[in-house]
Amino acid sequence: MSDLTNSSLTELVDLIKKKEIKSEEVTNAYIDNVKKSKKLNSFITETLDLALSKAKNFDQKPNFNGLLSGVPLAVKDLFCTRGIKTTAGSKMLENFIPNYESTVTNNLWSEGAFLLGKLNCDEYAMGSSNETSFFGNVINPIKENTVPGGSSGGSASALAANLTPATIGTDTGGSIRQPASFTGTVGLKPTYGLCSRWGIVAFASSLDQAGPMTKTVSDCALMLEAMSGFDPKDSTSIDKKKEHYSKKLSKNIKGLKIGIPKEYRVDGMPNVIEELWEKGKKVLKEEGAEIIDISLPHTEYALPVYYIVAPAEASSNLARYDGVKYGYRSSKGSNLIEMYENTRSEGFGDEVKRRILIGTYVLSSGYYDAYYLKAQKVRQLIKNDFDKVFVKVDAILTPSTPSTAFKIGEKKNDPISMYLNDIFTVPTNLAGIPAMSIPAGHDENNLPLGLQLIGKPLGEQTLLNLALSMESKINIKQYITKWWEK
Amino acid sequence: MSIDKDKIKHTAKLARISFDEKQIESLSKDLSNIFNFIEKLNKINTENIKPLTSILDHTLRSREDKITDGGIRNKILENAPNKNEEFFIVPKVIE
Repeated sequence: MSDLTNSSLTELVDLIKKKEIKSEEVTNAYIDNVKKSKKLNSFITETLDLALSKAKNFDQKPNFNGLLSGVPLAVKDLFCTRGIKTTAGSKMLENFIPNYESTVTNNLWSEGAFLLGKLNCDEYAMGSSNETSFFGNVINPIKENTVPGGSSGGSASALAANLTPATIGTDTGGSIRQPASFTGTVGLKPTYGLCSRWGIVAFASSLDQAGPMTKTVSDCALMLEAMSGFDPKDSTSIDKKKEHYSKKLSKNIKGLKIGIPKEYRVDGMPNVIEELWEKGKKVLKEEGAEIIDISLPHTEYALPVYYIVAPAEASSNLARYDGVKYGYRSSKGSNLIEMYENTRSEGFGDEVKRRILIGTYVLSSGYYDAYYLKAQKVRQLIKNDFDKVFVKVDAILTPSTPSTAFKIGEKKNDPISMYLNDIFTVPTNLAGIPAMSIPAGHDENNLPLGLQLIGKPLGEQTLLNLALSMESKINIKQYITKWWEK
Repeated sequence: MSIDKDKIKHTAKLARISFDEKQIESLSKDLSNIFNFIEKLNKINTENIKPLTSILDHTLRSREDKITDGGIRNKILENAPNKNEEFFIVPKVIE
């Protein structure tokens, strides 16, 4: 049989349900790949034996009613998994073994999937290149020495290298969409509140949202359907009935109005990205959508707002790591305060400490109004921009990122240039609206490029349909040579 | 705006993170750059704009006042770096 791991998630589930292949065969195929792919450093924890025993159990007593019957899935190491180490890419949680399961992973297991391993990510999801992880850089399988993006870099790398049939990430400012764009995969950040945050290591609570990362748009619909849903344990979870995205998936996008925001045409953006954007517009037009020029005037303020709001919330969320209740504790220090200070100094990496300091500063007495309150007001203006535009259009089309994947180390010592990576993705987190990145082309070095579709609140189905329609017209061949297996 | 070394030291104290002199120097440079970038916000007039505190339309749900959890002391203590059968153990706080 041909290599099973080239299949999409949807194909694998179909084959298992038709009894044409066993879960064990599928699982073994991925296990083989994982074992040969250490160079990519995309896994922090492998649960290969556990996955194999789950697969064997499934084959003995198969239940074909789940959306994800019999498939192994590796997930970002930000999702707490019962009895399995959950590190958030940090030394602070190097040996943390949760005794509970996140709602989102639990939902996946309820649909018949099981855990293959925990994937590398930027420390506490703070980064755009997966270079801040305590467990080392992740490599982009598309090209040696290139970053996979971040913070869900391990997820993107493992997916693109066929080490998992699909995966999940989290997106606070672009952490699903940017790595998806850098690796030629599909990534969706849902509407805030669609997927429960319960059991996900918190970064910035008003922005964090979990979402699927997949090879195809159909897989994305399937994963979103499986992982989403109301959860009373998350006070910001949206109380509504579960949507059947995969069943309702349709290529018919006739008459949909697509906005093109002029503010996303930024200085210094490579021509190839501009051309790709044009190509996207052309395809949508050919499929019967109407293209409308729009304006989102406060776009340029999104990053400054983000770099106040996200660190502020992070500094508050990360106050819990005090060396007392769980996680790392320093052996140095003669009193409680010194123990706290040494624990946090030794347990956190540089980028996390930098953001805690920014957050602490903007929330500190005398500065709150000038920074945090100001940022929350501008955040309102950014949300108003989208509200106004969505009266006229059904979705928005933009590039996903202002550049393709960069070299490891290239931006590591320049926080601002690193932060600029998220220029197109951050506004939707601030507004709480859904957005997805789909592969749409390559630059002159064969590095993938993505286009971003932005939707109305709870407009995931429209985004998926638009993406499906574009996917069928823009057939992207990836140039992956498996160089890392040599 | 410049964030000098004294400001870094004060903020680090508030955040309960210790840094050496070299780190403070480099943080002062990084944070000054980041705050210069953030200053852009002062260009916009936000008078009469209400701060956005939640992007959800609904107010936070309240649940019935019923116990749904509890009696899990052992589970809570499970991951503690230092503990006895009942408590977290920390360096001496009161002399």
